[in-house]
Amino acid sequence: MEIKVTINNEDKILNIEYDEFLSEVLRKYGYLSVKKGCDTGSCGLCTIWIDAKPILSCSTLAIKANGKNITTIEGVQKEATEFAEFLVNEGAEQCGFCSPGFIMTVLAMKRELKNPTKDDIIHYLTGNLCRCTGYVGQLRAILKYMEVV
Amino acid sequence: MDFVSKSVKKIDGMDIATGKPLYTDDLCHNPLVIKILRSPHAFGKIINIDTKKAKTLPGVECIFTHEDVPKERFTLAGQSYPEPSPYDRLILDEYVRYVGDEVAIVAAVDEKTALRAMKLIKVDYEVFEPVIDFEEAHTHGSTIHPEDDLKVNFPIGTDTDNNIAASYEVYTGNVEEELEKSEVIIEKSYYTQAQAHGMMETYRAYSYMDHNNRLTIVSSTQIPFHVRRIVAKALQIPQSKIRVIKPRIGGGFGGKQTASVEIFPALVTLKTGKAAKIVYDRKETFSCSTARHPMKMTVKIGADTDGTINVIDIKALSDTGAYGEHAWTVFSVAGNKVLPLYNKAKALRYGGNVLYTNKMPSGALRGYGVTQGIFSLESAINELASQLNMDPTILREKNLIREGDSHPLLCGSTDNNPVTLTSCTLHECIRRGKELIKWDEKYPAQVISDSKVRGVGMAITMQGSGIANIDTASALIKLNDNGFYTLLLGSTDMGTGCDTILCQMAAEVLSTDMDKIIVHSADTDISPYDTGSYASSTTYVTGNAVIKAATDLKEQILKVGAEYLYESVENVSFDGIYVKTNSGKEISLDEISQNLALGPQGETLMGKGTFGGDTSPPPFIAGFCEVEVDKETGKIDLIDYVAVVDCGTVINPNLARIQVEGGIVQGIGMAMYENVAHAKNGQMITNTFMQYKIPCRKDIGNITVDFQSSYEPTGPFGAKSIGEVVINTPPPAIAHAVYNAVGVNVRSLPITPEKVLMGILENK
Repeated sequence: MEIKVTINNEDKILNIEYDEFLSEVLRKYGYLSVKKGCDTGSCGLCTIWIDAKPILSCSTLAIKANGKNITTIEGVQKEATEFAEFLVNEGAEQCGFCSPGFIMTVLAMKRELKNPTKDDIIHYLTGNLCRCTGYVGQLRAILKYMEVV
Repeated sequence: MDFVSKSVKKIDGMDIATGKPLYTDDLCHNPLVIKILRSPHAFGKIINIDTKKAKTLPGVECIFTHEDVPKERFTLAGQSYPEPSPYDRLILDEYVRYVGDEVAIVAAVDEKTALRAMKLIKVDYEVFEPVIDFEEAHTHGSTIHPEDDLKVNFPIGTDTDNNIAASYEVYTGNVEEELEKSEVIIEKSYYTQAQAHGMMETYRAYSYMDHNNRLTIVSSTQIPFHVRRIVAKALQIPQSKIRVIKPRIGGGFGGKQTASVEIFPALVTLKTGKAAKIVYDRKETFSCSTARHPMKMTVKIGADTDGTINVIDIKALSDTGAYGEHAWTVFSVAGNKVLPLYNKAKALRYGGNVLYTNKMPSGALRGYGVTQGIFSLESAINELASQLNMDPTILREKNLIREGDSHPLLCGSTDNNPVTLTSCTLHECIRRGKELIKWDEKYPAQVISDSKVRGVGMAITMQGSGIANIDTASALIKLNDNGFYTLLLGSTDMGTGCDTILCQMAAEVLSTDMDKIIVHSADTDISPYDTGSYASSTTYVTGNAVIKAATDLKEQILKVGAEYLYESVENVSFDGIYVKTNSGKEISLDEISQNLALGPQGETLMGKGTFGGDTSPPPFIAGFCEVEVDKETGKIDLIDYVAVVDCGTVINPNLARIQVEGGIVQGIGMAMYENVAHAKNGQMITNTFMQYKIPCRKDIGNITVDFQSSYEPTGPFGAKSIGEVVINTPPPAIAHAVYNAVGVNVRSLPITPEKVLMGILENK
């Protein structure tokens, strides 16, 4: 079937199967920043935005995105790059495989939370797993970034 | 120094962070999709496989069973040839040896078709009694490897009739005599569990035939050169017909030191001529690859009441699962890289067996045996301190190895020629760690409320830097036609930043900017040989090779520059931009390189360097932690973790710090949460992140990292390794802190609230 969506501000018609998940469809259409890490909605790697809210695309049926506004990290490169500078300055990106989903969550957090505490930040990001960095370097990067933006 | 010891940003950092398509599955286009039909039984023999119906399904390209594959046995372990792991595998065997073992390889136009085809394959099994408990494997009666063509390259003590994959023993001094003379003896058994790597990018590879009819494999691997050799052996084709390319890797932690997936697309591409890919889902990654070897260690320590440790005797058992990948080496390392720590002991012994069982194979995982050995030894040392009523930091200070000491078990030692420790600030690490955790104020515990107590604990560890006399790396640096360089490496950056630190080293030697150096790694057609990124070898082994290569190229630049300036080479210098004479004549590198690219006088300048160490200088860590234990529930909260590290010269402080933090958290996972568990029938029951809990942001408390640098004379700019050593201290340190808080010694990992509470109740 066909669905109509807006992806990164472009209107698109996507051919999908009824049982296809959004992460697979997005990858199929070339949005290769979208990564999958778990298939069970527990790692956060596939995080994108639907109507500006972060969702797990590996456990969202593509059909549910019909008529919606999808944003992947390809669509927010300027903001993503701004934050990535802090992350990379801290050395807190290692393999980078979790970064697109992580950054999409960080940017969503920045829009959603006013003056978050350290605990608020940790709570908001708990669903984004990372096996390389041990998280504390990422937190340092976020705190520095939040002071600047 | 311009670059070394500077927190330079990772050269690929921005691209990987912002989601560029750089990983294996981002790079292939419309390949056949491979799925593996797997055994539902822990142990059995295939009596019949019927694939006829599945093959007629539209879109199915090919299906292979054990009848269609070469009959040459091999190992998937990524080790230097000849590997010390038994050749006990076939691509597909008529025997299945664990739940998830490969039965058939299906390739189809898409995933759905492949999955549908799998359901149409009918397999009849003769089911055998599986061996699940490794402590019973020896006498179980079922023989997991009955085949008569299993081969070993070395006498590693394999005895397949008794399910023994390998055995090992090492000793110094007279153990029995020293035990007899000791005033205090402590003897306890410890269990370490299987741990999953949990890297975020699951196993994956794709392959295609190139324009010269050669097989090209693109794989998320730590070991491109070993993959080339393993695939060639398994498929019985020459290595010259295979090219392995490694793009960006989404984490490895030793998992990708085993060639778990590459053979499958390679076989399909070879047989069909078509591009093919395999991407393991998370369940397959958890249950059909490798995990850390579970081990049991019984540690016996003999000491005097003043805290002098006279003897350490460790009897160990290891569970290698269905196949013997890294069986012997992990086992030997678990003794060899922990015992030298207590070099004041007059006698040391370590030994035991590695058993085959009907579970997923064990394999390499960060720490590689030391993690297991350190949990047991350090826990026993802490129990000894408690028995002697001695501060455990003081007990250690009294008995630990120091810089300048030698030890016959240090990697590279030969008979009567023990290796000398040329860099070690371990005592300083302990002193600094005590300061940072406020040990003297907090040891052993503080009561917080009626139900909560905070305890502090500690442990120390060492590792190695590459494998002495085995690991070898080469590096090449090419001067390009416009004054910039290409650094060619065979090591593999799996996210750690080794491409960056190797570039820092090259830039330092050549006095150039890092952005004038393009780093290329790794492609077996182009890269110089490197054993791969494992055994904490890249900074040390490949780093030394890079320095040699850069130095070689610098000498060539000086020579050519001197010729252009009509001067002798002794009278010129190179500042990175110009070759200059003392009298003020100069020629730029740009001009030199452009001249070299012109006409009949043209030449390519290429610096080369190869390094293999005859020692493996160990890095050290002192780890300290504070936990809060709820006496009513057994719940443990990790409050603080302090790691003080001696990795020699720190080449890139930011990247080293992140390595430490990441390793500590992986160690915390092993200490408190992670456990690869099986049902009685051998089915793995922790095969998703829902069941297998790696630490999340809320689980880890505060982490403090500090460095007490030493200078390792054999290391690149004085550096040692850091990749593995970082994972080792949390399990024993956290166990110790729990004991200090509530008096319960948890001797089997992970340290769960249930175990703590049961201990509290038993003590009452």
